[in-house]
Parts: sequence; C-alpha cells; structure tokens
Amino acid sequence: MTAEPQVDHAGRDIHTQAGDVLLTVKGATKYFPIKQGIIFQKEVARVHAVDGVDLEVRSGETLGLVGETGCGKSTLARLIAGLYPMTKGTVSFDGSDITNLPRKKMRPFRRDIQMIFQDPYGSLNPRRRVGSIIGDPFDIHGVADGAERKKRVQELMEVVGLNPEHFNRFPAEFSGGQRQRIGVARALALRPKLIICDEPVSALDVSIQAQVINLLDDLQNEFGLTYIFIAHDLSVVRHVSDRVAVMYLGKIMEIGPVDDLYGLPRHPYTNALLSAVPVPDPDRADSRERIILRGDVPSPVNPPTGCPFHPRCPKAQEICVQEMPPLVPVFDDPDTHLTACHFPVPEGEDISQCTPGIDQSGTGPLVGADLSAITTGS
Amino acid sequence: MTLIAADEVAEQKGGGSGPDISAPAAIQGRTPLQLAWARLRKDKVSMACLVVIVLLILVAIFATQLTDLIGHGPNEQYRDKGLAPNGLPVSPSGFFWLGGDDVGRDVLSRIIHGTRISLLVGVVATAMAVIIGVVVGTTAGYFGGRVDTLLSRTMDVFLSFPFLLFAISLVSVFSPSVKISIFVIAFFTWANVGRIVRGQVLSIREKEYVEAARSLGAGDFRIMAVDVLPNLVAPIIVYSTLLIPTAIVFEATLSFLGLGVPIPTPTWGNMIAESQGTYQQAWWFLVFPSLALFITTLAFNLLGDGLRDALDPRAARVLARK
Amino acid sequence: MGRFILRRALFGILVLFVISFAVFLLFFVVAPGDKAGNFCGKGCTPERLAQIRALYHLDQPWPSQYLLYVKRLVLHGDLGYSFTNQQPVRAIIFDRAPATASLALGAAIVWLSIGIPIGILAATKPRSLRDRAATSFALAGLSIPTFVLGLLLIYLLFYQLTVHGAAFFPAGQYVPLTQNPWEWAKHLFLPWLTLAVVSAASYSRITRGSLLEVLGEDYIRTARAKGLSERRVIYRHGLRSALTPVVTLLGIDVGTLLGGAIVTEAVFGLGGIGQTAVQAVINGDLPIIFGTVLFAAFFIVVANIFVDIAYAMLDARVRLA
Repeated sequence: MTAEPQVDHAGRDIHTQAGDVLLTVKGATKYFPIKQGIIFQKEVARVHAVDGVDLEVRSGETLGLVGETGCGKSTLARLIAGLYPMTKGTVSFDGSDITNLPRKKMRPFRRDIQMIFQDPYGSLNPRRRVGSIIGDPFDIHGVADGAERKKRVQELMEVVGLNPEHFNRFPAEFSGGQRQRIGVARALALRPKLIICDEPVSALDVSIQAQVINLLDDLQNEFGLTYIFIAHDLSVVRHVSDRVAVMYLGKIMEIGPVDDLYGLPRHPYTNALLSAVPVPDPDRADSRERIILRGDVPSPVNPPTGCPFHPRCPKAQEICVQEMPPLVPVFDDPDTHLTACHFPVPEGEDISQCTPGIDQSGTGPLVGADLSAITTGS
Repeated sequence: MTLIAADEVAEQKGGGSGPDISAPAAIQGRTPLQLAWARLRKDKVSMACLVVIVLLILVAIFATQLTDLIGHGPNEQYRDKGLAPNGLPVSPSGFFWLGGDDVGRDVLSRIIHGTRISLLVGVVATAMAVIIGVVVGTTAGYFGGRVDTLLSRTMDVFLSFPFLLFAISLVSVFSPSVKISIFVIAFFTWANVGRIVRGQVLSIREKEYVEAARSLGAGDFRIMAVDVLPNLVAPIIVYSTLLIPTAIVFEATLSFLGLGVPIPTPTWGNMIAESQGTYQQAWWFLVFPSLALFITTLAFNLLGDGLRDALDPRAARVLARK
Repeated sequence: MGRFILRRALFGILVLFVISFAVFLLFFVVAPGDKAGNFCGKGCTPERLAQIRALYHLDQPWPSQYLLYVKRLVLHGDLGYSFTNQQPVRAIIFDRAPATASLALGAAIVWLSIGIPIGILAATKPRSLRDRAATSFALAGLSIPTFVLGLLLIYLLFYQLTVHGAAFFPAGQYVPLTQNPWEWAKHLFLPWLTLAVVSAASYSRITRGSLLEVLGEDYIRTARAKGLSERRVIYRHGLRSALTPVVTLLGIDVGTLLGGAIVTEAVFGLGGIGQTAVQAVINGDLPIIFGTVLFAAFFIVVANIFVDIAYAMLDARVRLA
C-alpha cells in the first residue's frame, strides 16, 4: 500500500527490492458447468469464469486486480483461497503446491491465506457475538481458548480500531465500516502472510472507504502483509497497489507497476477503463477524450474466439478474432509491464479515433456502454 | 422502559446508519432471542396464549392429582348417579361439573386426562418430526448436488402419500397405541419440516459468512452447527409451534376414527367419537371435549403467529407498511 | 415446457410405484397374521383355504405377488377383488368415486367463494377492524378439527332444526346427481359447509398474505401513481399474481380430497372412497386398501404436476429447468 507509489514506507524502492515470490498462479482456469436433463443431468454448457490466468505475487507487495463486474476477479480470488476447486492450472504458495488440496491438508495454509469479503453485512453471521466471530480462527485451528482467546480477540479489536469492550455485541449493533473492521480482525487473527481483499470497500460510504483503506495500509506495515486487492474502482486500486492487473472475461489483459500502467496504458481496454475515470479538474475533464466502447460484455458462456475483447475493441483486426495474444512486454516496456494485445497503444495515440478492421455489428447495438458507472465504484 | 429504548437503538443500527457504538448503552448485546422475547411480551394475545399453554401443561402433569381432588377417576363408572334413569348421560351438575358420558363417567375428569395424551402426542411427535426434518433438510440444502436430489425426491415421495389413509393403515397393521400414533404422525410430518429447512439452508449456504468460515478452514460439520443452525432457530420455533396443534388434531382424528389411542384411555378424540351416539340429547358430551381441543389448537396457532411476528420483525413491518 | 411435463410425469409414475411398494410391504410383509386364513373366516376348510391362496396368489413369495399385482394393474387396469364381498376393486372405486368427487369439487367452490373475498377484504385494509375479524375467523377455522365442526353442524343445523320442525338439511347419505339434483345438493350441503369453513381459513390467510406482499411492490405503486382506481389496481394488477399461491394450495387440496375425504365422509356417512378405505382398513380388506391408496396417490401426483404447470404459467419468474 503506497500513497507514494515509487517508495514504500520504509523508504525502500519497491520495484527494485521486491520480496521473494510468495504466490504463483499458473494457468488458473475455472469453468462452472450448466446442467440440464430430464432424469440424468448433462453438462450442456460452461461459464468460463477464469480462463488461464498466470500471476505472481511477491512478499510484502499489494497487487491490485481490476475489471468490470463478472470479469472473474472474485472467482480468481476464491481459487487462490482454495474455496473453489480449480478446473485447470496450479497455485503454489511459499513454494508448496496447494492446488485442490483436500480440506485437512489445506488447513495449515489457511492460516497463511486469509480473505476479507465485500459485504460487511453478509460476511458476519448475524446470530453470533462479535467476540466469537473474531475468535473463530483460534477455535478452528485450536490456537487459544478460554481467557487467552478472549484476550487475543480483544487485542485484535484494539488493533483494528474497535472498542474491545464491545466483545459481546452482535454485528447488527455496528455500522458498515465497523463491521468491515470486524472482518479485518478475523482475517488478521492467525497472522497470515497473504490477505485477499475481495472488494473490501466497495460496499462502504466513500468517507468510510478511506478509513478502512488506511487501516489496511497501517496493518500491512505493522505485520508485513501481502495483499491481493480486488476492486472495480480504479482510483482506489491506484491508491493502494504496487502493481495492477486488468482482467476482462476471465483473462488478464495487462499487468504492470501501478505508475507504468496508469501512465502508459498499453491495452485498448485499459485505455477505455482509464478514460472513464472522472477527473477532478473540469478543464482537463473537458479536453479529455472519452472512449466509448460498443456493445456489452459478451457472455462468459460463449466467450469470443481469439482475444475476448475483439468484438468491442476499436483497434481490432482479423488476427484478434483468430489468436489470443500472449502476455508480453510491448514496445520498450520493462519486463514488469506485460500486455496481451496484437496492437498495443503507443504513447500519444488517441484510440477513440481508431476504426476496427473487422465487422463488429454482430456484437450488439451501437450503444456506448458507459464505463464510468463501473469504474467509479457506483 | 430502558429495555424498549435499547431495543429500538439496536434495530436502527441493524438498518445500517445508526448512531456510533460509543453511545452509552449496555456493553452486553442482547441475543436475537432476547429481543424477540421483549417484543413478544408486549403482545397481549400471545402472552394470554402462553398462559393457557402453561396451564394446559400443568393440567397434563398433575392430571392424577386434579382428578383425585375432584374425586372421580377418568375411568370410574357411576352407574347410579352417573346415568339418568333412561340410560342417557347426566347433565352438568354439582356432581359431574361438565356432565357425564354414555357409561356414567365424569366428562371433566376424562378431559383432564385427555390433556395428557394430546400434549404428549403433540409435543413428542412434533419434536421427532422437527429433528428428522432439520437433519434431512440441512443435509440436503447444505451439500446440494446428488445428496440434495436424493433427499428432496424422498421428501417429495413422502409428501405425495395419501397420509391419513396410509396413517390409518399403518396404525391398523401395528395395532393402535400412543406410541404408534406418535410414530405415524412424525412419519408423515417430517418431510414438511425438511422441505422448509432445506429452502432456508439453501439461502444461508450462499451467505458470505459461510464462505468466510470455509476460508478459515472450518469443516462442514462445524459450519452447519455454528453458522447454519443458529439461523434456523427462529423458523424452527415458529414452525414447531404451528406443528403441535396439527399433531394434536391428527391424534384426535385417529382416535375419532377408532384407530388412535385405544379405549378406555381417555383422549379428546375418542371422547368425541363416543359422544356420537348420544350427543343429540347430551350436548355436553360433544361440546366440552371439542372445546378443549379447540382452545388448545387455537392457543398454539395464535402463539405461533405472535412468535412469527416477534422473531421476524421485518416481516411484520412489511405488512404494516401497506 | 414439454420436457418439463415429461419429467414431472416420469417422476409421478416413480412416486406411484414407490407408494404401491410401500403399501404392499406394509400389508403383505410387515403385517402379522395369515391373510388367507383371516379372509377364509370361521367355517374354513383346507380346500377353500388353498383355493383362496391360489386365487389371490398368496401361495407365492411376496416379490412375485407384487409383480403379479403390478402386471395386472398395468396391463389390464385390474386392481383385484375385495376380500369381503368378492367384487372387483375397480368397480367398487368407480362406484364410490362420484360421492367423493361431488363433495370435493362442491366444497372447493364454496371455500373459494368464502376464503378469497375475506382475504381481499383483510388485505385492502390491513390492521383495521375488518382485518382483525378476518384474521380471527381464519385462525378459528384453522384450529377447529373437521370432525368437530361436522358434528357441531349436524347438531345445530340438522338436529336442532329438525327438533324445531324445520328439517332443511339432511345429515349425510349421498344421493347421486343423476338421480335427483336437488336432493344431491341438499344432502351435500352440510358436508360442503364443513369442509369449506375449515379450508376457507387457509385460503383467506394465504390470499391476505400474498396480496399484501404484492400490493407493496413497485409496479403496484406505479399503477396507483398513474391514477388507476384502487379497485382496478387491486383486481387487475394485484390479484393476478397474488393468486398464484392460492392455485398451488387449491390444486393440492382438491387432489388430496378426490382420493377420499376420509373424515368428512366418516362424519356424514357419505359412502365415498374415504369411507370405503377406512372400512377396508378396519376389515383388513387388503385389495381395497391397496386400490384406494393407489387411487388417492394418483390424484395427489396428478395435482402436483398440475400445480407445477399452473404455477409456471401464472408466474413468469419460474424457470422450467
């Protein structure tokens, strides 16, 4: 989490001194079957939620994951956390392969990988007291009990900024921001190495978002945490991340250090997303070209061939229909900034002036999909 | 008073934008059941029903002592004083407060003992049905997939039985008794509970807190016990309260058809059946056992309604909103 | 839609098999005693016993008894012969079915015309005096057992009226519709009333609940906002979707009753399927028990399929997966 992205809080340059690789995801793929049948259910189609994602997360960094609703980012998070079995691919954590481990063998890794969920109302059981919710990790892993557990739960409550005396209250007695703090305390209980934050602030008021983000930031410094931070709000991601990955229809389109990616977006999709971010300065906002994409996000049941973005891309050519481009450095980008595009955007090009070289009329009406609703966190 | 105030504060906070928790209030949060009880206490009808039910339970427990006080056992026949000279039952009087029956027994004393059977059958059969229904319904809803298909179809089959006809067949094969009545009633009601529980579990299963528990490494058994079951408490309480009168009527119906608890054990159902020959002359013989049955079922039904409102205040508010 | 109906029908057939097998197991395997001996009665000779065993296939092991039974039923629609009077079970059921059907369908019309209006009255003015009255009626109706209400109605409307010289309503017996429609209706009046009052309670409750829910929806607010009269809002827009659960309940209730309204028939001595079945249970007349259980189960299964289809057609939100 870096307010000033080039340098972390200890003053080290993150990009030259990134930690060891903590998590490696290779070819992660998740298909959800759609079944139908009179007596015996047959698989008739599948939702391609995540389709061949490669990722590396280094110890101590924050990797932001952005994309529109339904692009598979939450599914990817759950694959990493081992909540869904993977269709294909591997996940390895701290050098051990944890792909599709049975529950008992997964248990030790659960202590190292924790999740913070999107919905502060849905993620806390309304029938249980806060103390017992935060104490769950201790209970499940048999770490501490009785007075010791209570003491540690109250310490955690203090760490996340809750009044430890509210130990015996129910979630309904807390506000949304406080509930999210409860979720953070629960994730923190076992001192994990990696915390996957699945849109942790998108359900909160903007004023509360900053508080929770600052809390996560402080905790990262204090406990040396690694974050995977999922959001659809590009400004939040920019604020918190060291590196950012952009997802579209289950695939990673572009990944790179936060300033490279925001400063020189190479993928037309990234350009479109960024052009929709509202800018506080009205003069700049007026002069800026909004890139209006055509049509809707295609159905993940029948994803487009080749590059999944080709039906909406202003730079699409015949090859985009045929082949999925590899995720590689383009132009003179450093090898930390990778783009999956046959026709990446050079510096200074205005892609709202581009015209596609293929027929995109089959992809829906010529109604501009307004991305601003998505990127501002609506 | 403070009780009500705290209640409202808690409800506002449930809405999302309540006052800060630093507001002076009890540190100990009250459980949802405590809140429901506070709401129920304000409902006069429910409290009256609760009193009636507690009285009925006391009558059932102390039936023998009560009839000793009256001085007529449930099966004692008074051939001289208990029957009119023409052989018809005697009307209510200082001797038989609620009249006599067709063989000279005290209707009041028999009703008191009938309470015992009715409540016993009602409560035990309901408890059995709820336990089976919750176990099957939770398993089906939680695990889903093939387990769900198998269990749901089984429940569908049970619900497709012509249950009263099959129930009397079962009773006739195993010869009538209190035990067989309880078993048969539970046998034909558990699937209703199971279906409702399954539906609830299906929605609870998708909640993020279940996913959170799984991400912490909790096993299925723990998730069901700690995260799923507590959320089923409210519907189970309401449904049980509404099932008890159904079971009581079921037992009375079996007894009425001559296939319930065998005579001479007094039950409301077989008293009503016995009254069929003479009730046109002796209305009390029909009316008082019927009244006992009616008051009991009504009390449980009204309490069930009140409990539903108290346990799910949001539903009540939706109705009040217009 | 076709696939959906096919799937439901296949499952229905499966249910009928399971139920028939359960009844068979219960009576032919679990139940103690010698069936042929019971049937043969007191003056039984060994020859007669052997004859009975052969006639009812009681001399064979039970699985083949069951298979024979199912085979006869499926191929010839033959349900066997009664133990007590040697008549074909099918003929007995067809003979008794009109009484049961008259009772069930007539009562359904009466309870719908009581229950739904009361529910609408209650829902259009929630928390008013009339809502409270309607709710109390519903709870009282739900709490009174059918046989109690039946006996009370006989006492009040038959016996007391007859004593006072006004014998309007005969209590019981069934007069076929084809024989005398007026007498048919007169004889069925009290049974109809009994069943209707008991059931109307659930219908008014369900109508009230679901209408209240529907009236809270946005599209109703829209209808009100565009200035439609309250009457039009309720009857044209609200009631249609509010009645979906009523249809569900009606289908299942009528389906169950068509297979025998056991209690009402017993109270009024109507001699329908239900009373026949109870008699058969008491007499241990296995073929009749078997036949009536299957007959009743058939109607429940059909009613369930009908309800699912009706539900899907009334409520566009249900997907036929």
